[in-house]
Amino acid sequence: MNAPVSADLNARVVIVGAGHAGGSAAAFLRQYGHTGKIVLIGDEPLLPYQRPPLSKAWLKGEADADSLQLKPSSWYEEAGVFLRLGGVVASINRGAKTVTLASGEDIPYDHLILATGARARALPIPGADLSGVLALRTAADAEALKGALGPGKKLAVVGGGYVGLEAAASTIALGGHATIIERESRVLARVACETLSTFFQDYHGARGVTFVLNAGVEGFEGSDGHVTGVRLADGSVIACDAALVGVGAHPNVELAQDAGLECTGGIVVDIEARTSDPHVFAIGDVTHRPLPIYERQFRLESVPNALEQAKQAAAVITGRAMPPHEIPWFWSDQYDLKLQIAGLPFDADRQVVRGDVAAAKFAVFHLKGDLVQAVEAVNAPPEFMAGKQLIAKRTPVSIEKLADPTISMKEVAA
Amino acid sequence: MAKITYIEHDGTDHVIDVKPGLTVMEGAVKNNVPGIDADCGGACACATCHVYVDDAWAGKTGEKSAMEESMLDFAENVEPNSRLSCQIKVTDALDGLVVRLPESQH
Repeated sequence: MNAPVSADLNARVVIVGAGHAGGSAAAFLRQYGHTGKIVLIGDEPLLPYQRPPLSKAWLKGEADADSLQLKPSSWYEEAGVFLRLGGVVASINRGAKTVTLASGEDIPYDHLILATGARARALPIPGADLSGVLALRTAADAEALKGALGPGKKLAVVGGGYVGLEAAASTIALGGHATIIERESRVLARVACETLSTFFQDYHGARGVTFVLNAGVEGFEGSDGHVTGVRLADGSVIACDAALVGVGAHPNVELAQDAGLECTGGIVVDIEARTSDPHVFAIGDVTHRPLPIYERQFRLESVPNALEQAKQAAAVITGRAMPPHEIPWFWSDQYDLKLQIAGLPFDADRQVVRGDVAAAKFAVFHLKGDLVQAVEAVNAPPEFMAGKQLIAKRTPVSIEKLADPTISMKEVAA
Repeated sequence: MAKITYIEHDGTDHVIDVKPGLTVMEGAVKNNVPGIDADCGGACACATCHVYVDDAWAGKTGEKSAMEESMLDFAENVEPNSRLSCQIKVTDALDGLVVRLPESQH
């Protein structure tokens, strides 16, 4: 594809953040014919890697570190992508168009891409600094967690979100015990509907996971500097060999904020991943981005979102046509369950369950009138795929047909 | 190593030596072949690694699982020789494999 005259394929691009978003942005720039210098700065000492397997296949020992890498090191060399791993960016000078590393070195840019991601939210409670109180966001976190798991080992998980549930499933697979402690009355309270929460809780429960719901966490108890239990608000203590805190993530907006870029719930970007400065893009978990179908701004934490925005920024920089808008989607693997979610249930006023919850093969559709807003599908790829298409198309569906699993999703979506 | 040829929808081809044990998808992604994004990293959850397997190789690339079948059922531009490349494990027997990429991944 030919770039219009306005795009300078020789422009210098600096990418801050070498996660899935930042690494992919470098790759898409090269795919789209960018020839200029690309500098990729990451604070972790590792090449860009995939995070989703950290709580699943990798934790269970089914994937090695190499297989998690987005690209082998030879690719960066051949592609002329200069890696600054273990590099910490201290500030951005938008006037001079430079980023300054903690070492004092200035790196000039024509285009800056911020892919600083999100960090695990910490609990400001007593004992949080004990060894064995872990988070799960980075490969180093996962390494620490893996070291704490094994036959007979007890993991206490604070927070019944996806990270916690996936880690619990992996703990069980490794022969250990897992207790999930959740503040709300159900797991996945902020991210899934009640049908799904109940289903996942039952499924985990049947495989040996213990749940403590409606429970406030007061602190961690330890001996010799290592965690031995999680103390709850009612005074009881859940004994453990390690505690995983999975209570959400906080966008790493500080650099952008200090540079005067607009930040509200993340770095605010438009549908082409531009920040309030035309020379600065932001992509991935750190962004607060438009969701055109839902007519709102939102922060998404997902690989598809990172890839979509990486493509947007690379397309603008190289003068290539914008890729089509995508419907947000998410997935999770736990035991033999494949959960696939498309869309977000904004403004939904009814739910339709299709399939058999007891047989672990069903989908919950969230509708606004007769428009599908979101679908949560468990071992139900046709429902997920067709649901995703229905969300994109904005065509009304027949509720009766949707609820009737004897009518194929092809026919429902026709 | 197995030599795999990936042909983009516009005809551009990429001949890559892929290590046995990786998937055909991983061979493409790790070498930055355009058109195979593999959003889900190989979990058979997204259908963004759709390829057409040249007929000569159909017998050697294995059977589709029910999961793959139903994902493909709803993918764009599906043909009888469509596969999700994350579900094809590379072996020495696949040396010379040719796969083509669909228009929707252009």
